[in-house]
Amino acid sequence: MAKEQPRKIAFICSKGNLDMAYPALVMGWAALGNGIEVTIFFTFWGMDMINKARVDHLEIPPVANSSMKMNLMGVPGYIGIPQFMGAFPGMTAFATHLMHKKMEDLKVPPVREYLQMLVDGGAKLFACKMSVDMMGLKKEDFIDGVQDIVTAGDFMDMTDGAQIIFI
Amino acid sequence: MATKKVKGVAYEVNDEGFLVDPTTWTKEYAVEAAKEEGLEELTETHWKVIDFARQSAATAGGASPTLRTITDGAAITTKDLFALFPKGPAKKVAKIAGLKKPEGCV
Repeated sequence: MAKEQPRKIAFICSKGNLDMAYPALVMGWAALGNGIEVTIFFTFWGMDMINKARVDHLEIPPVANSSMKMNLMGVPGYIGIPQFMGAFPGMTAFATHLMHKKMEDLKVPPVREYLQMLVDGGAKLFACKMSVDMMGLKKEDFIDGVQDIVTAGDFMDMTDGAQIIFI
Repeated sequence: MATKKVKGVAYEVNDEGFLVDPTTWTKEYAVEAAKEEGLEELTETHWKVIDFARQSAATAGGASPTLRTITDGAAITTKDLFALFPKGPAKKVAKIAGLKKPEGCV
């Protein structure tokens, strides 16, 4: 029997909200722990996850988030947060604070530290060229683990044979 | 259920190759399990991780430590952990240390 190729997974992170930063981190870390090769491509708002100036300030806005209920604040049941209230000043910061607290309780590391764990575990991180150009960013703007700025075509080449997950 | 024979002793392992009863674990078993995972030799640092994993499981109702628990608890960097147990340290450490399949997500 021919020797099996190692399984490969590639994530495309296109969102910059705090809640949307975690799926690739959690799954990528699980993949590395199980011997699967991991590549992560950051594009559009996902660039915030690797932007040094933004990575520690990701937020979760309650507006237009119908799944966010008051039980996050300890109110029993599934009572919603009225949308007009979600728009009040400080509500995004408040929701973000709550999520940070929940994550901390579960011993989930902050995004910057999580990314470093992934890089140390062998994950390869890349930034999308078009987003870099659009947002006027440079390689120096990114956290250390980002290997390069690549085009969509490059990404297709480097993920040959990989399972691709778009987030 | 299957058994694995190491130096004349039979160990019960499950279908995925994890030791069924952690109390039946021995150092000889670890050495053999490591070989099956592609590790020809277990160094002092490997043992530090294995010993920590077993201690951690003993105090956590048998649950295998997550990689982050290992790096924090055994004072080892993530890089070193992946170098010591390449290609899948989470499963490898648990198998060699005779623990259950890890269930934690971090």
